[in-house]
Amino acid sequence: MSIFDEELRNLKERILKMGLLVEAAIRDSIKSLVERDVELAREVIRRDHQINALDVEIDEESIRLIALRQPKAGDLRFITTAMKITTDLERMGDLAEDICERAVELNEEPPLKPYIDIPRMAEISQGMLIDVLDAFVRKDTSKAYEIIKRDDEVDNLTVQIFNELVFFMIQDPRAVSRAVKITYIAKYLERIADHATNIAEMVVYMVEGRMIRHTENQ
Amino acid sequence: MKGELEIEVKGLNFYYAGDVHALKGIDLAVHKHGVTALIGPSGCGKTTLLRCFNRMHDLYPRNRYEGEILFQGENILSNGIDHIRLRSRIGMVFQKPTPFPMSIFDNIAYGLRLKGVRKRSELSEKVEKAIMSAALWDEVKDKLNFSAYELSGGQQQRLVIARALAVEPEVLLFDEPTSALDPISTAKIEELIINLKNNVTIIVVTHNMQQAARISDRTGFLMLGELIEFGRTDRIFTNPSEKLTEEYVTGRFG
Repeated sequence: MSIFDEELRNLKERILKMGLLVEAAIRDSIKSLVERDVELAREVIRRDHQINALDVEIDEESIRLIALRQPKAGDLRFITTAMKITTDLERMGDLAEDICERAVELNEEPPLKPYIDIPRMAEISQGMLIDVLDAFVRKDTSKAYEIIKRDDEVDNLTVQIFNELVFFMIQDPRAVSRAVKITYIAKYLERIADHATNIAEMVVYMVEGRMIRHTENQ
Repeated sequence: MKGELEIEVKGLNFYYAGDVHALKGIDLAVHKHGVTALIGPSGCGKTTLLRCFNRMHDLYPRNRYEGEILFQGENILSNGIDHIRLRSRIGMVFQKPTPFPMSIFDNIAYGLRLKGVRKRSELSEKVEKAIMSAALWDEVKDKLNFSAYELSGGQQQRLVIARALAVEPEVLLFDEPTSALDPISTAKIEELIINLKNNVTIIVVTHNMQQAARISDRTGFLMLGELIEFGRTDRIFTNPSEKLTEEYVTGRFG
């Protein structure tokens, strides 16, 4: 294996490592919300700097490879994809952190209702992230396309959760503050799924050289 | 980028004396006023192909062509072609600068005199224009009577380009024009090539893929005498169709 191939493999491993950290952050953020575990929420917030550090590292390494190796064709598409993917992953990490902040706040009041749709939504978004990392590693575009389709499910759930919470707010003004925070959380999860979709679109670009963003091609 | 074709290669086969089959069934379209780059590993046939365009192979006996090369619609491989006239319309610049052992002025005037230009004023005017087109004027305007050998390698290469330009060719062929030059001279020649394409059609053979990427509009990748892929340069370097091209441009072989 050439030095350059080694460097590319190393870059890929760091992206995976970052992806797994983000996945853990999302999982723990929902756990802290559902189980009202403030300590876990604080820990997720503390861990976010690891994700940020990898974001910077991957960008710096990508820039170094572009400058020194002049990558072309598939190598060029891989490296540009790496740079874009880290931005999405970093944002997903921030959203997990946001979920934790809301979880801490919600814990100061009694529970509004048992969480049903939020964990479902989280499960789908988290599944999209795991699968898109897999599609990235295996260069599997059919999987990437399938992930893009799943985003609609998440969007539908967001609307459903919103409607339900509006109903709570109308019934009892004391529920408004909590309901708004839960609406936020639904929105964060919906954004997480959007970022997974962006990554899936970049996987298609990386493998096929086609930009399918903002097209009907999905 | 669009527009008419300057040269069309159709089913070209070329055999060196002794029946070495050096080019195999090449089809290629060279667009007018564009830069076409030919890349490929050593021995792939890129220089052989370049030399077909102005019948350079005819300088040696028993070389043989098959197929057609249409230059503005006319087959330049047909027997009736005047090689000397062809080479003034399709000029060539080589890897190493090849100034003649004479003054800078006479180097440029050489081809003009061959073409029958005699009037001193007309000669001066055309020599000056050619040197300016080759982006060399500011450096040599005060020493036109100096020997061409007093110029640096990069200046000599631009002098040779000026000499080729003086007879107003329609096509210029470059065979590794910067491989003997330092990076600054290389950058000047590359910029010159990009500027020249407004007036001439350019075909460049280069070992340097970055150079092909920087200066050309279209790139052809050759291997073992075959044209593996030909297309817009940005596509060849971001998303080639052929696996062999991908492996070559990413440095996996070659």
